[in-house]
Amino acid sequence: MKLTNRTKVLEQGEMTLAERLYLPAIVGGMATTLKHFFQKPVTIKYPEQQRYLGPIYRGHHILKRDENGAERCTACGLCAVACPAEAISMVAGERKAGEENLYREEKYAQVYEINMLRCIFCGLCEEACPKQAIYLRHDKIVPAFHERDEVIYGKDKLVEKMDQRYLREGWK
Amino acid sequence: MEPTNSIFFAKTIFILIVFAITLGVAAYSTYFERKIAAFMQDRVGPDRAGPFGIFQPLADAVKMFMKEDFIPSHANKWLFIMGPCLSMLTALMTSAVVPFGDTVTIAGVTFDLQGIDVNIGILWVFGIVSLGVYGILIGGWASNNKYALLGGIRAASQNISYELAMGLSIIAILMFSESLSTRAIVEAQQSTHWNIFYQPLGFIIFIICAFAECNRTPFDLPECETELIGGYHTEYSSMKLGFYLFAEYINMFISGAVMATLFFGGYDYPGYEFIAGKFGDTPAALLGAGALIGKALFFVFVFMWVRWTLPRFRYDQLMNLGWTGLIPLSIYNVLVTGIGILSGQPIIAGIAGIIVLLVGLVIYDQLKFKKKIA
Repeated sequence: MKLTNRTKVLEQGEMTLAERLYLPAIVGGMATTLKHFFQKPVTIKYPEQQRYLGPIYRGHHILKRDENGAERCTACGLCAVACPAEAISMVAGERKAGEENLYREEKYAQVYEINMLRCIFCGLCEEACPKQAIYLRHDKIVPAFHERDEVIYGKDKLVEKMDQRYLREGWK
Repeated sequence: MEPTNSIFFAKTIFILIVFAITLGVAAYSTYFERKIAAFMQDRVGPDRAGPFGIFQPLADAVKMFMKEDFIPSHANKWLFIMGPCLSMLTALMTSAVVPFGDTVTIAGVTFDLQGIDVNIGILWVFGIVSLGVYGILIGGWASNNKYALLGGIRAASQNISYELAMGLSIIAILMFSESLSTRAIVEAQQSTHWNIFYQPLGFIIFIICAFAECNRTPFDLPECETELIGGYHTEYSSMKLGFYLFAEYINMFISGAVMATLFFGGYDYPGYEFIAGKFGDTPAALLGAGALIGKALFFVFVFMWVRWTLPRFRYDQLMNLGWTGLIPLSIYNVLVTGIGILSGQPIIAGIAGIIVLLVGLVIYDQLKFKKKIA
């Protein structure tokens, strides 16, 4: 039964003489390959040459600092709750006097670890964070691991460096 | 030095140079095969070893030598070793009769740029090419492996089938040159009276047969991966496999040189007399050798071009094309050539032959094949 009238009937009839001789088709095919021979290769030579992955690519995690250089994270644990892969763990600590320039609020993450083997880069931690502290960078990807102890990323690898801040399009 | 000695010396050096060129071209064919494949597929190809990857053949050779040279315990050891050696030997022997250039005079010694000028030159090529299938067949048989044996059998039957059409297409050339000597064939084509203008049909038959003889796509059924794993070289590894692959590339280069000799005037090029008159015979002849190698390399490119364009034939299609397509066609070509020589108008006869063939095909098609009315 026909549902629509849009079906195309692709009845292949008998081959014509030219088609049965093969040679015209072979010449045509060789013309096609020769055309491609002179076209520019589409290859991107990956390690040396990297393509732009887009403004919302979910790559390497970063723990943002505010404009004064204080860490935004308050160790509320919402990211860990949101994480479907249970990759995030943290230990909260209380800010001491004189640490106001290091941590934005009274509570901060003493330890903040992401297991990169568990992480599926879904970005739910970024969505869950009420303090705009964790982001997945669009310009950097997590490199391959060679040892097991490289897998868990601590604060040393996650916290933003002030001399090379992470900025997205549309941010100030 | 005595003249005989000096000619012997010069020929020895020439043969060594031909060997070096053949092996070098074969080595770099592997690189250019991959590069051409890549370019035709809009890729870059090997570019890691050296600038543009030009040291890739060296890296491949090191890889081949480093791999384990394995001989299966069920294989016939001596035949297993002999297979690739025979392939390589026969591939290299064919170049002996290819005339690379005219007579040159270097350091007072006058000699031909040709290994040996035997009066059965083209038969020599055929004999050696027929022997070449032994390398594949022995390798396939000695492996004691069903796939290898099937590959070897395929190679043998394919080569025998296509040698017939190849030989018949050459008969038309021999009718022009009235000699089997490759040098005489080339000399009959001097000053751009190339056989391709007299024998377009013969050339098409010859190049198709050359593809089949070299086991190249679309006729590479002896090493058809989808059906036979690796075909005749399934059990081979290390440099023995390398020899088989290398022999294939040498065969490509030599068959390119033979095609240039038979159909494209060998070492002839437009303006030969002008250069010979202006700079002397020796530079002209050396340039001619370059022209022949250039033509051969062009055919190597065509081999690769076809390989990366066409899919593989089915085995029955291959046999059908050879026995019912090419052999009658080449007999027809011999007839047309005979008419051309008798009437004294070989070019017109050649073109008329193709037109008559096409008209005949169309009429036959109209009468024989009833079109389905949709």
